[in-house]
Amino acid sequence: MIYFDRVTKIHRDGTSGLDAVTLKIAPKEFVSIVGHSGAGKTTLLRMLLAEDRPTEGSVFFEDIDVHAVPRSALHHYRRKIGMVFQDFRLIPHKTAYENIAFAMEAAGRPQEEIDSDVPHILGLVDLTDKAWHFPHQLSGGEQQRVAIGRAIINQPDVIVADEPTGNLDPMNTFEIMDILKKINELVGTTVLITTHNKGVVDSLGKRVVTMDKGRIIRDDLQGQYVL
Amino acid sequence: MLWTSLKRIASSGAKNFARSGAVSFATVLIMTVTLVIVGFLIFLSALLTHTLALVQDKVDVNVYFTVDAAEGDILAIQDSLEELPEVATVTYTSRDAALEEFKTRHANDQLTLQALEELGENPLGASLAIKAKDPSQYESIVNHLADDPSGTDIVDRINYYQNKSVIDRLTGAIETMEKAGLFVVILFAGASVIIALATIRLAIYSARDEIAVMRLVGASNMYIRGPFIVAGILSGIMAAVIALLLFYPATWYAGSALSSWLGGFNLFDYYVSNFAMVFGILVGSGILIGALASWLAVRRYLKV
Repeated sequence: MIYFDRVTKIHRDGTSGLDAVTLKIAPKEFVSIVGHSGAGKTTLLRMLLAEDRPTEGSVFFEDIDVHAVPRSALHHYRRKIGMVFQDFRLIPHKTAYENIAFAMEAAGRPQEEIDSDVPHILGLVDLTDKAWHFPHQLSGGEQQRVAIGRAIINQPDVIVADEPTGNLDPMNTFEIMDILKKINELVGTTVLITTHNKGVVDSLGKRVVTMDKGRIIRDDLQGQYVL
Repeated sequence: MLWTSLKRIASSGAKNFARSGAVSFATVLIMTVTLVIVGFLIFLSALLTHTLALVQDKVDVNVYFTVDAAEGDILAIQDSLEELPEVATVTYTSRDAALEEFKTRHANDQLTLQALEELGENPLGASLAIKAKDPSQYESIVNHLADDPSGTDIVDRINYYQNKSVIDRLTGAIETMEKAGLFVVILFAGASVIIALATIRLAIYSARDEIAVMRLVGASNMYIRGPFIVAGILSGIMAAVIALLLFYPATWYAGSALSSWLGGFNLFDYYVSNFAMVFGILVGSGILIGALASWLAVRRYLKV
């Protein structure tokens, strides 16, 4: 479903981000990418989101060559992917409800669908009573739940989460991972996360890809965090 | 689908405008200053036009006839002058009228009046005062007179040749003033538009992360840009309304205080009678500046 084909990225300052990375991810998989900071985890995700271009190699999403998509059509491709970031990246002047609804509005979905789906998703991430709070009125865990709500509202094929628990305490970390796991198991959405958190990886018992210095050094189907 | 998008863009733009209170306020304020300058320039150009008309009205050419010229011949010349398309008016002053005018002008000058009496007869000739529609046309009118064979022997002198340098200078000055006025208008309008652009760009700079997020969430460029343009247009309209309201007391005060100094030009009367035009120009330029500035400012953050 996702295929990184010998992707190399050399940053503008000459440092190497990725070194001929080849990685295949099948539908419905839950993959954790682990490694030290600077190992190339985030760079890999940026390649998939077409936020950045590889110096060599290509990235395929199903039959789409991601970096061949023109910038003006990129939004159609990105609607297939739900994204979650370490720093949440909610729109500050929109409420929790509006942040989630925005992803649907942007995709041009009809108002009746928005009116019925958004409350449903808010219930799923357990934020029904905070629907009309702005991001600055929510805790980190709550903001990340809004972000997950926004990521799943358009029923994407893949959820890509870059250090989703990096800014959260253990309790919230557990909750967020629980939600992601449920989405993967119940809906069948492919989930791709990067993380530093050994506890998170070990408790999942899913595929773990370990990176170091821009290369994949381990790929275990039922892995542990080993570094 | 398109209609839904447009509705969403409009309502989201209005919401953004209302929620980013301080930034919207600053933008509206700067645009108000810009539009006040634009309005000021409208008034200035109206005043300039009025003053020019006033000055041009004071310029004329006098043709003095010999003392023994027959009145009928002079009136014939007047008729032929009035037929010229360049001529606005021709006023005839008879010998007797000229004498009366001379006497009233020198009523306090006994010496001159005595000298006049010693002469015994009226030494003054009749004259025609010609006004052209445009000061640059005096030359061709005078040439027409000089070419007219019926008039040459009764015409004593034409003061155009004495006035020529003055008229030429005035014509030049008026042309220069018009050019300089246009230059100043363009300069001020340009400068204030750039300031408004910079302000809106600054306002949108604070939203650059948000724009990147919208791109990553799958919003199209037009869908992201739309609300900013709507907010820009709203700022423009609000600024125009504020400027129009400010002009009301401002022109009223200036109108009554400066009217005599400005040669009878009343700013307030001008503003009230040309309100539709001023309204159109201010609201139009407000909308244009707001929309254009937002469009340009967002463009640079859409490259994600």
